[in-house]
Amino acid sequence: MKRDADFDELARYSGEWMRGEGPESDIVISTRIRLARNLADFPFIRRCSDEDRLSIERTVRARMESLTDAHWKSAHYVDLEPLSEIDRQLLVERQLISREIAESDGSRAVAFDATEGYSVMVNEEDHLRIQVMKSGLDIKNTWEQVNRIDDMLEEVILYAFHPRYGYLTACPTNVGTGLRVSVMLHLPALVITEQMDRVFRSMQRINVTVRGLYGEGSQYTGDFYQVSNQVTLGHSEADLLALVGDEVAPRIIEYERKARQALLKNNRDDLHDEVSRAMGILSTARKISSEETMHHLSKIRLGISMGLIEQPDVKVINQLFLQTQSAHLQKLQGRVLGTAERHARRASFLQHHLAGKDDATWN
Amino acid sequence: MKCQFCEKPATFHITELTEPVGPQVMHLCEEHAKGFLNKEASPPMTAIASALAKQLGQSGDVLEELDQKECPVCGISFFEFRNSGRLGCPYDYTHFESDLRPLLVNVHDKTEHVGKKPTRSAGTADSLAKMIGLRREMEEAIEREDYERASEIRDEIKAMEDPIAPPSTPSDTQS
Repeated sequence: MKRDADFDELARYSGEWMRGEGPESDIVISTRIRLARNLADFPFIRRCSDEDRLSIERTVRARMESLTDAHWKSAHYVDLEPLSEIDRQLLVERQLISREIAESDGSRAVAFDATEGYSVMVNEEDHLRIQVMKSGLDIKNTWEQVNRIDDMLEEVILYAFHPRYGYLTACPTNVGTGLRVSVMLHLPALVITEQMDRVFRSMQRINVTVRGLYGEGSQYTGDFYQVSNQVTLGHSEADLLALVGDEVAPRIIEYERKARQALLKNNRDDLHDEVSRAMGILSTARKISSEETMHHLSKIRLGISMGLIEQPDVKVINQLFLQTQSAHLQKLQGRVLGTAERHARRASFLQHHLAGKDDATWN
Repeated sequence: MKCQFCEKPATFHITELTEPVGPQVMHLCEEHAKGFLNKEASPPMTAIASALAKQLGQSGDVLEELDQKECPVCGISFFEFRNSGRLGCPYDYTHFESDLRPLLVNVHDKTEHVGKKPTRSAGTADSLAKMIGLRREMEEAIEREDYERASEIRDEIKAMEDPIAPPSTPSDTQS
């Protein structure tokens, strides 16, 4: 494993899971699966002394380094404690680490691979949080990879496991499989046609959590919703994967497709107008917040996947979703920016990229 | 409308669907919304809160006694767990077993793990609990500046450590 990572380089590229391909990628942004694991011979994080946390971090690192699989050789292992706030934020924006671990104190680290297929957080809420992300709806491959990493780590790390309660976790809501499978969906048509409440209601009582982000009145929205399993104990991994991947996600995808078709049939001109206006704003604005950016990018993404506009490529839009966030923008700019400056630089960045130019010529 | 957690205007309105509580709408400023949305989609606090609320239905005396119950290994009290929603060590699942079961039923509707198991046997629960206990003892020794005792305990822990541990390398030592 490499003991560091080039964060300037990292900011320039989006991860594999942002490439905008994979099954159902017109609606599904990404599939993420994580496993929560703890070392058997240490207290959980809450009761860890500083020395315990340091021991956990060093033990895990030494054992990861003892693994010979090629998978690990290309991985980066980054100590989060001495990292600058912007670099930690960059890892949060790429979803390689959680906001919690970024903002907590004491020894903590993340191991991740060069193409960002996976990350292992050390000393988050649990000692280990292993996660794999892939573009589109890809439960099978995502699970196979996370399971393989878990198997490898298990060879060198003694996990806390109880014959009755399974993998033991700091929070009883994760105990058992320690598995959380999440699918990130882009559902603008269901939002426009005001059907999200219906979707929410239909998802109740089937052990899944739907969480979303939406605007109200003049406020902005990104139209993104995440579906995950809620229970972790008493159901096998296969059952939980099937619940989210075979039952719930396909149902929501179907609702969204129907809503998109209805929009095309009944409101094509209005929709086309909205998409074009979104393009207009992002191509010409001189100052813009990340929230407003997300709102318009969401509309453009919808326009592309519905065939209303041909340019830009959805990859560009995905890249912009990522790179217009604060830490990315500041890394790309090469310095710390205040809010007003960020708004101006973000607008410039959007204008530049929507005109089909690349990073190299932006300044 | 103001953010639920600070004085800034609430610009994000998030609906969280949780069973058995049902949809909950949250009004947040951009900063708090980001924090909230970046968290994993696990609803620990709402689920735990509602399960614990049921336990609160028990008589005050019973609950008070339960709150004072402490894990002999990590020292966490049930009261501390109730407040934080986080357990202190793996042994808590054994020590508080009967107290946690209603909560597990409420959250998962099940109390028995089905699925993947580690292939390696994890040693006995006793020896692992002893390790955690020793780590706590060492911490306490350091706190009262009894470094001799702390170093004895450290040696004891080293001797008990997982034999699969690779030998520590020079780069492993604290710099």
